[in-house]
Amino acid sequence: MLIEQYLPIAILLAIAIVLSLIVVFISRIMGPFRPTAKKLSPYESGMTPMGPAVRRFPVKFYLVAVLFILFDVEVIFLLPYSILVQDLGVYGLITVSIFLTVLTIGFIYEWKKGALEWE
Amino acid sequence: MDIPTLESLNLLAVLPAIILAAYTGLLLVVDLFIPNENKQRTALLAILGLGATGVALGVQINQYSAIGDQMAFGGLVIVDGYALFLQGIFLLSAILGILMAMNYLPRRGIERGEYYSLILFTTVGSMFMALANDLMVVFVALELLSIPLYVLSAFIRDDPGSEEAGMKYFLLGAFSSAFFVYGVALIYGGTGTTSLDGVAAVLAGEALNLPLALVGMGLLLVGLGFKVAAFPFHMWTPDVYQGAPTAATGFMSVGAKVAGFAALIRVLVTAFPGAAQAWGLLVIAIAILTMILGNVTAISQSNAKRMLAYSSIAHAGYILVALSAAQFPELAQEASSAALFYMLTYTITNLGAFAVVMAIEKDDGSGVEIEDFAGLAKSRPAVALMMLIFMLSLTGLPVSAGMVGKFFVFGVAINAASQSVWLAIVAIVGVLTSVVSAFYYMRIVYMMYMRDGDEEAEYPAIKPALGTALAVTGIGTLVLGFLPTLLFDAAQRALIAGL
Amino acid sequence: MQAIFAIAPLIIILPFAGVFINAFFGRRLMENPDSPAPGIVASVMAGGAFTVALLLFIGLLNDPAGAQVPLFTWMSIQISPERTFVIDWTLRVDTLSSIMMLVVTGVGTLIHIYAIGYMQFDVEENVHKRHLHGAEADEFKRRYFSRFFTFLNLFLGSMLILVTGNTFLTLFVGWELVGLCSFLLIGFWNDDPEKGVANAKAANKAFIVNRVGDFGMLMAIFLLFWSFGSLQFDEVFSRGECMIEGSQADCITLSPEELDWNPAATSEEEEARSGAIGVLASLAPAEEGPGELNTLIFLGAVGFPMGAVVTAITLLMLLGATGKSAQIPLFVWLPDAMAGPTPVSALIHAATMVTAGIYMITRSNVLFHMAPFSETVVAVVGGLTALVAATIAVAQFDIKKVLAYSTISQLGFMIAAVGLGGYVAGIFHLATHAFFKALLFLGSGSVIQGMERGILAGEAGHGDEHGSAHDDEHHAEHDDHHDDHHAHPDPQDMRNMGGLLQRMPTTGWTYIIGSLALAGIVPLAGFWSKDEILLDANNESLLVYILLSVASFLTAFYMTRQVSLVFFGQPRTDAADQATESPGVVTIPLIILGALSVFGGLMNLPFEGFHQLGHWLEYSVTYAHIPKFNLTVAVISTVVALAAIGLGWLVYGRSPSQSSEDQDPLASTGPLFGFLEAKWYWDELYEAVLIRPFTRLSDFFANTLDWNVFHDWFHDTLLSGFFVGGSQIMSKPIDQGVVDGTVNGLANLVSGSSRGLRRIQTGFVRNYALVVALGVVVIVIFLVARFVL
Repeated sequence: MLIEQYLPIAILLAIAIVLSLIVVFISRIMGPFRPTAKKLSPYESGMTPMGPAVRRFPVKFYLVAVLFILFDVEVIFLLPYSILVQDLGVYGLITVSIFLTVLTIGFIYEWKKGALEWE
Repeated sequence: MDIPTLESLNLLAVLPAIILAAYTGLLLVVDLFIPNENKQRTALLAILGLGATGVALGVQINQYSAIGDQMAFGGLVIVDGYALFLQGIFLLSAILGILMAMNYLPRRGIERGEYYSLILFTTVGSMFMALANDLMVVFVALELLSIPLYVLSAFIRDDPGSEEAGMKYFLLGAFSSAFFVYGVALIYGGTGTTSLDGVAAVLAGEALNLPLALVGMGLLLVGLGFKVAAFPFHMWTPDVYQGAPTAATGFMSVGAKVAGFAALIRVLVTAFPGAAQAWGLLVIAIAILTMILGNVTAISQSNAKRMLAYSSIAHAGYILVALSAAQFPELAQEASSAALFYMLTYTITNLGAFAVVMAIEKDDGSGVEIEDFAGLAKSRPAVALMMLIFMLSLTGLPVSAGMVGKFFVFGVAINAASQSVWLAIVAIVGVLTSVVSAFYYMRIVYMMYMRDGDEEAEYPAIKPALGTALAVTGIGTLVLGFLPTLLFDAAQRALIAGL
Repeated sequence: MQAIFAIAPLIIILPFAGVFINAFFGRRLMENPDSPAPGIVASVMAGGAFTVALLLFIGLLNDPAGAQVPLFTWMSIQISPERTFVIDWTLRVDTLSSIMMLVVTGVGTLIHIYAIGYMQFDVEENVHKRHLHGAEADEFKRRYFSRFFTFLNLFLGSMLILVTGNTFLTLFVGWELVGLCSFLLIGFWNDDPEKGVANAKAANKAFIVNRVGDFGMLMAIFLLFWSFGSLQFDEVFSRGECMIEGSQADCITLSPEELDWNPAATSEEEEARSGAIGVLASLAPAEEGPGELNTLIFLGAVGFPMGAVVTAITLLMLLGATGKSAQIPLFVWLPDAMAGPTPVSALIHAATMVTAGIYMITRSNVLFHMAPFSETVVAVVGGLTALVAATIAVAQFDIKKVLAYSTISQLGFMIAAVGLGGYVAGIFHLATHAFFKALLFLGSGSVIQGMERGILAGEAGHGDEHGSAHDDEHHAEHDDHHDDHHAHPDPQDMRNMGGLLQRMPTTGWTYIIGSLALAGIVPLAGFWSKDEILLDANNESLLVYILLSVASFLTAFYMTRQVSLVFFGQPRTDAADQATESPGVVTIPLIILGALSVFGGLMNLPFEGFHQLGHWLEYSVTYAHIPKFNLTVAVISTVVALAAIGLGWLVYGRSPSQSSEDQDPLASTGPLFGFLEAKWYWDELYEAVLIRPFTRLSDFFANTLDWNVFHDWFHDTLLSGFFVGGSQIMSKPIDQGVVDGTVNGLANLVSGSSRGLRRIQTGFVRNYALVVALGVVVIVIFLVARFVL
């Protein structure tokens, strides 16, 4: 592959970075910025804020988030496969089946271990 | 699009590894349905699987002389004598590791079925380390090998020491893996391929970018040097070995190290014969520093597990001595077979030493200070005798496996000394440091035989599983010492068509 | 090859069978705890080995060329496609190894038998010391009695591996194994309630000091392999001879057959050349060195002249010999080794193991012949050791310590002999010394046990139930111990003895015979062998001759002193007064050894037509030579010995001291006697020069270098300080200076991630990772600087 072929990706990357910077800074530059204590405090439906805004989550959230990756990875691989399903034929089917079997083992494991139950 | 054919996949050639991989997945599921108090069954099932793999491997070894080397997965994997021999070592150490754990885990109250599945996963990873013929396969195998080990290190969940060990190992392991991948990337950049043969072929001719490939090679050395615990990538070893459950430590001290060397030797000798001058000097320097640091620091340890950790660093140094002689193409074969044989002797002996540590460790994990060995000869004569054998072997005294291993390793280095004076230096440092090592190994012998222990001390009962492991390692150490020809021939035949 | 040689493996198998039986069934054999069964098993095995040695000897009489009996291939390594390095485990039966086998198994058998009686008493004594009773005591006896004979047989087998080895590697295996046995047996009573720690320390000292020698051996073996491409004796020697003319590469590729090498043939040729037996054979050109050896031997890429390499090899071998055979500077372990039970002292530390160095040098005579410088060093080391040890022996009070220093001194004689090229004389003295020194040690054991029986008898008489035997090794304590009336006299201290000849006649007379043999009185065995050594010294080197003559004067003197103190005069303690003779199982070996000490000289009388041993060894020792008998030397040595005995009698025998508190008559020499009694302060010297600096160094490495410098300073201060400082520079200016004023969001991101980073890298992991990174940097810089730029 020649280096020029990366050009579109590079351009896309550059645009993404510039655009996000613009979005972040444009309001800061354009808009008025006169902070007061009230304005800086978190919004709690008009009530006086109680405690810090950043709450601690139960670790379960993270566990579920990690377990979600299982399905995420599944999708990432299945998507390209679905495009080439005709070309790959039986070979592809077997390969993907093995892949899914491995994921299923993981799924059975987490299910049986009770990782999916909230309490 | 090229669709691989069955012929190019050649799945039959990697049948043992495939069997074990499939079996491991199955075991993980089956284990879910085994009640918590019956987890010994999981262990037996795991041993069964390893045995089945061993049978398949045996058939393959038997046919090897007729069939010769085979490629599989379209050349990503090579099945040669080298790989077959190493797979044998991995299976042996996995079986011994499980036998030891069967006794140890229930005592410490941490027996969970995953332990056995994780050992099998690591073993699959190790097997692919030996089989790999492509840097990407090496990397995937390396991760499959390492990640279960991180978990094993932290297996005592409520023990801060074990958690710390797991955490440290994980962080630093990830760190070094990153270097490894970066190295692979640079090599790909420099040569346009990740296949080991391909890299060698490109380096023999006109490389795309030689500096890139060389630096990449250096980074591979870092990643694998971490796995084998060579200076200066050894710093995790003492902490992790001490914190991890002893059964895991014992397994880790041989499994991960041998697998690391399996890949290191394969990569350097197969892919970088052209850059032998470059890695030769590096390996020599690392070997010298590793041997000195490991042996000298081990002297001042008071904890047996920590002492064995430094000792394992030192032994990595000895294997590196053999590797450093492999930089000369005409000696590569002899050097690799010396390294293979050394790894076999080290595996058996070191597992045995850890089995003894487990045999005297108390249920709460204490009792593994070197002082705790005092009077063992009186209270547990058989165990003390075993430890004596292992310590003699680790020191390298005759007639034990360790002596023969050292003889081969230093022998090949001295052979190579006619090519470069550095090899003579590394051999002399090796001999001198193994003299130094007598100090700390003999301290345990001294404790066991010449010092009175606590009369009241109660040692845990040795169950058949641990007993079997002790007997196998003890007898193995002696047999290899008396009749090294038995297996050294095998190690050598393994290499004839191999590297 | 004669069919009889095929039985050779038995000589090793038998002792190991004994080890097996005693290790696994020894305790079961002792249903009755006083049963001597394990000892009998061990003695039968030793006797069997002796029979085998005799049969091999008879076979050699018919076929002196001997044989090499292959057992199995120990290892075979393919060095290159053309060459395979094979080490077979082959037993070498030739005239030299046969002599060694006979001595080892013969003396060994007698000592095994003696040990049955000795150990029964010794174990009983230890039961008593530990206040054991009933089943506990029985179990103790079973365990220790059978263990002792297991070790003893193990030693015998190991020693036979050493002497029958056909390669330097097998020799080394035996070498290490006997060292191990020595270690195990010196520390045999390591759980003794009083002396246990001292015994264990003595065992450790022997082991560690020997490691230094072993290092020399190992390096010598490496160099041998490097230079000659083989470790098999004949191959090494024939290639060595070949390299005098040819090049290294040519010689290494030839096999012994192709080189037409046959040690027996060589000596026969020499004999043929000289035309007559004896007279002219004594002129065998041992003193003509092989000339300049300029063939280049390649070690690594560099070629060294062969002369230098062979000199290095032989000097390293000498280092090995100084360890095992207790020569200057490594002799310090042997006196301490007397902590072991007396049969061990007799068998291992007097008669057999310690002579391994002499055997090894004799075996390598071809190499030593090529290195005249090494030969000189060997001779001088031997001569000096002989003299120094003899002076120390004069001032010792412990009966076994005297014998220990005497052994060192006599080993010095042998080493000096082989250094002078007198291999026949060395081996001859080795054999006769085995007889009379074993006799003396066994006699001393008998005396000690006689004393202990005396103590027990006295205890019974006085109804004294206090304590057990008193440890009185240190002279300083000795002076005080009479204050304590309940304490027992040290049964090994000669000052506590006296007049034992009447009480223990068999022991006494055999001991006197042994002493006379050691002193070198005509016609006892010691005279002939010592005379042959002095003869060689007279021909070769005046310095060594003088050293050895003074040493033999001192030898006769200290033996007279010992015999006077122990056997003559009046008993100086109650214990000595009540001492009784030992049982037959102890005294019969004494009588047999006494007979051997008297007639041992017959094997090599220095007259024409005799010299059997010399001619015998010519078949296996290429440079064996037989010096011509010289009446002057013989007369001088006799006169010297008689004068010493006379002087000794004047000092000690004529007016024996009456009390054990009397000072030694020689103590009037003041500091000199103190200096000798303190053993020239060798141990203190080593402590100060070697051990303390070494401990400090390793302490320095462990604490200062690794922990304080590398860990604390390098990691914590330098690396983490640098890192923390760096990250502060990175974060603070960016955080407060640059970003704060302009873009708050980005600043929060940076400081937040920096904080996050810091939060992850708590503890030492950060340092570890930094070291890894540092390693990466070094490797990359090395690669780039060396191979890219």
